[in-house]
Amino acid sequence: MADATITTSPGAPTRPRYGSMSRDRRWALRWSYFFLTLFAIFFLTPPIYMFVTSLKSSAEISAEINPWWVFDPTLSNYIGLLTDNVFLTFFLNSALISVCVVTITMMISVVAAFALARMKFWGSATLATGVFLTYLIPETLLFIPLFKMFAWVNDTFGIQLMNHWWTMIILYPTLTVPFCTWIMIGYFASIPKELDEAALIDGATWFQTLTKIFIPVALPGLIAATIFAFTVSWAQFLYPLAFTTSTKELVLPVGIITTLIKGDVFNWGQIMAGALLGAAPPLIIYAFLMDYYIAGLTAGATKG
Amino acid sequence: MAQVTLRKVVKKYDEVLAVRGIDLDIMDKEFVVLVGPSGCGKSTTLRMIAGLEEITDGDIAIGGDVVNDVPPKDRDIAMVFQNYALYPHMNVYENMSFGLKLKRTPKDIIDQRVRQAAQILDITELLDRKPKQLSGGQRQRVAMGRAIVRDPKVFLFDEPLSNLDAKLRVQMRTEIKKVHQKVRTTTVYVTHDQIEAMTLADRVVVMNGGNIEQVGPPNELYHSPKTKFVAGFIGSPAMNMVPCQLEASGDALKVRLSDTLSLAVPASRTARYRPHVGKPGLLFGLRPEHLTETRPHLEADMQTFDVKLDVTEPMGMETLVYFAINGIDICGRVNPNAGARESQTMKLCADMANMHLIDDKTEQVL
Repeated sequence: MADATITTSPGAPTRPRYGSMSRDRRWALRWSYFFLTLFAIFFLTPPIYMFVTSLKSSAEISAEINPWWVFDPTLSNYIGLLTDNVFLTFFLNSALISVCVVTITMMISVVAAFALARMKFWGSATLATGVFLTYLIPETLLFIPLFKMFAWVNDTFGIQLMNHWWTMIILYPTLTVPFCTWIMIGYFASIPKELDEAALIDGATWFQTLTKIFIPVALPGLIAATIFAFTVSWAQFLYPLAFTTSTKELVLPVGIITTLIKGDVFNWGQIMAGALLGAAPPLIIYAFLMDYYIAGLTAGATKG
Repeated sequence: MAQVTLRKVVKKYDEVLAVRGIDLDIMDKEFVVLVGPSGCGKSTTLRMIAGLEEITDGDIAIGGDVVNDVPPKDRDIAMVFQNYALYPHMNVYENMSFGLKLKRTPKDIIDQRVRQAAQILDITELLDRKPKQLSGGQRQRVAMGRAIVRDPKVFLFDEPLSNLDAKLRVQMRTEIKKVHQKVRTTTVYVTHDQIEAMTLADRVVVMNGGNIEQVGPPNELYHSPKTKFVAGFIGSPAMNMVPCQLEASGDALKVRLSDTLSLAVPASRTARYRPHVGKPGLLFGLRPEHLTETRPHLEADMQTFDVKLDVTEPMGMETLVYFAINGIDICGRVNPNAGARESQTMKLCADMANMHLIDDKTEQVL
């Protein structure tokens, strides 16, 4: 037919170039594997080095041999830490604080987010923005005024807040509540309005709507917020360093460096073993809840 | 007994009047459809009956009790939403029983009611599924099931079929009608689709700009619309409206559409229309189905005239023909075998017994 020749106008791409889609994809995959490998090496090197070091005796660490290989593996660092009451106290303090902080944070932020996202009251939008703004204030700016506040509490009520591990339970929510509230606002806002109207007509109170509809539907967001609160309180370093000094009041991150570094003597083997043991609980939690965490973060981000 | 009464109900959003003081009486067991273009206040009215919107002024009564300040859960109503609003984490059974559970209804009664409703809606085998495993039509059934289970005084439907594809919409429409025949509960149904309104309703309420234009049975609205809006809104394709002059010639009246075309008004209408002779701004209204191909035996009020067709649209069972009078497009419906061809002259027949005369200024049908 005559019009078959007309369809290929001069300068148009010739046919074989359309066929390179699979080749493009292959190249894209190669590049992504290349960068992923690069990333993995970059981020996994420190923990691997920590692990290798934690299996060495102090003598081997200081010896001038290949630092990437263990010639004489020993579990003495781990055994030493796990049989040491001080280390177990740090661990217990951290665990108690984290569990309490996560509980308090979720109880406050879920209810606050529900109110801010759903009960349209005067100033609710401004308040929601305000909640997020408080998250942007760095904690390094806050601990000096906190010293003043603690002194004032001591003068006025006679309650000494300094040098107690449980003070952290009051402090950490100031870091976790704003961000968790913000995540949950985004999550709750993505739930269609008709759902709470349906619940309202079905006879649910606000509280029942929250517990029976919103929390189950927003479970991924809730888990994301929980993980965030846990990570923040587990890894918090500045506040416990500033506000606790006695050995039995210390938390894990601070305890490891204050007790295992004696003057200029670094007990590297135990420091690495302690750091790895300390990193274990978040790792285990991530591994189990990772899918929820990612779903929660993305949903919160786009619908906020 | 569950009649719903609206008295001078007003809804104001800040300074915008969404509903401008409407009065409406809905009888017990009646199926009433609120229809109108978007923004006419129909959904707001429904939501005020549900208690999801506060009313600015007036009274709403359900079953004789004024419910202005009664919360939705105590109004004994059930609502079906456009996007179904099923609880995604509960299965169908839990979705349907949620309201009863909150009311602490005994388990065996809940079970009995859920199974009964499931049977009515033919969703018994879906009771264990989660909403995301259901198709659009099935979800809509579950949403209706959730309403039926509660055995409320009033069903409220807020555009329940708008999210479904065309075929399913027709199917569900019939389904809703069947359910209403079985359950016989007072129903208020909101839609923007006039065909849905016509097919479902015992009475249709046409709303426009926050006001009620007309209330009546579907056929009454179709055949004797009271306002220009109702005449144009109900019916598809819409009623033809052409500016005209009403002329008297002796005892008879004539509608002059153009210099060359005038049609005689049926004798039965002359008395009604005589006061409007010579009035400016009149519109002549005739539905497309009353503008057909000519036939060998014409009835008394049928008049024929020649037109040059611009466009023809074969629909299968009929052909829509378009032509222009004084630049205004007119639509007629002819038999597909009548030989309608584009750009050709055709003899058409106007059934003047079904004509309407509209005052364009007051927008009233005369």
